Amino acid sequence: MRRDFDTGLVEAVRTGTSREMSDPYESIFVHVVTKAMVPMIQIFAFYVITHGHYSPGGGFQGGVMLAASTILLRLALGRDESFRRFPPDWGALLAGGGTLLFAILGVIPLFFGGNFLDYHYVPIPGVDPVGLRYWGILLAEVFIGFLVWGALVAIYDALSGGGR
Amino acid sequence: MRILSLGLLALLGSMLAFAAGDLPARGDPGSPANTHVSTVYIEGALEDSNTPNMVTAVLADYRGFDTFGEAVVVFAAALSCLFILVRRRREDEEHEERTE
Amino acid sequence: MTVDLFIGRYPYYLVALLLIIGLYGITRKRNMLKKVIGMTIFQTSIYLFFIQGATKIGGTIPIFDPERGLDPAQYLNPLPQVMILTAIVVGVAITGVALSLLLLIYREYGSLDEDTVLRKMREDP
Repeated sequence: MRRDFDTGLVEAVRTGTSREMSDPYESIFVHVVTKAMVPMIQIFAFYVITHGHYSPGGGFQGGVMLAASTILLRLALGRDESFRRFPPDWGALLAGGGTLLFAILGVIPLFFGGNFLDYHYVPIPGVDPVGLRYWGILLAEVFIGFLVWGALVAIYDALSGGGR
Repeated sequence: MRILSLGLLALLGSMLAFAAGDLPARGDPGSPANTHVSTVYIEGALEDSNTPNMVTAVLADYRGFDTFGEAVVVFAAALSCLFILVRRRREDEEHEERTE
Repeated sequence: MTVDLFIGRYPYYLVALLLIIGLYGITRKRNMLKKVIGMTIFQTSIYLFFIQGATKIGGTIPIFDPERGLDPAQYLNPLPQVMILTAIVVGVAITGVALSLLLLIYREYGSLDEDTVLRKMREDP
């Protein structure tokens, strides 16, 4: 009866076995709770990113939360399963894609007479300059969120030796 | 050597504490940092970009170029981490293959 | 007089103390990981210095509040907050680079001790 509620940590301390960083955690509870928590963390992180106009939040904070959810997957589920859910190449891809899209978003106003990242020069019919700046801020925050997500996951993968 | 470095640290600390007397008092709305350009951001954020959160408006609109620089720094740090460690691992594998 | 000066400026003294602790870690510790920790404490002191420069007595967070209007004295300064918001993420990324360099040094020399690494570098260039 007692053994059923043992977590992996207690088992490891008692038997003296050490656990690699890329091994899955031994307890089933941690797996189930992680699988239930990660989507909720990610939904809340997207809320933080897209609600940055009205409340404390934005791309950097939401991106760090997304990276934390992915690192939770890596720590709890181990290398094989978490690489199936979030392949290690995606970190660098997300970081590079976020930076590239942010740079493209900044370059677009240059063709219409504005400065770098001057969103309200882009002529989109039906949207006034204030609205253009509003939507430009939202797009920039989303790209920053993807960039921070990818960059921090890539750093974690490289440091923990799972990068390839 | 230990005495010298600790003495230098103590000297730097006392200089910082001395210089703190010339800085504006805590929470002063009229201090230089709180007067010049930040008032423009506070007054203009809602009107210019329909964004109540002034931090977001400054981050992505008024000072977007600054944020873009920071984003490139984060991306470069991630890339350098990958380059430092991943390339090293391939060399190790080649080394092991050669020794086997 | 002196007490007034201290009460109005105590965050500066705490920031200076934190900065000295960080510099002590960078200069006096022989373990390189502890040097990185000292660098992080140093960065934190700079964050706190900027953030306390944004405070206004009687101000609220810089999100538009219809009851307070657009008076700049009613809101904290958003500019240092933006700078530190980006600087924190950059600080995490830079800590990651420092840790990966430490990992490389440990694989090469088998130690993170400054003197041991220097001795091994001299013996086996």
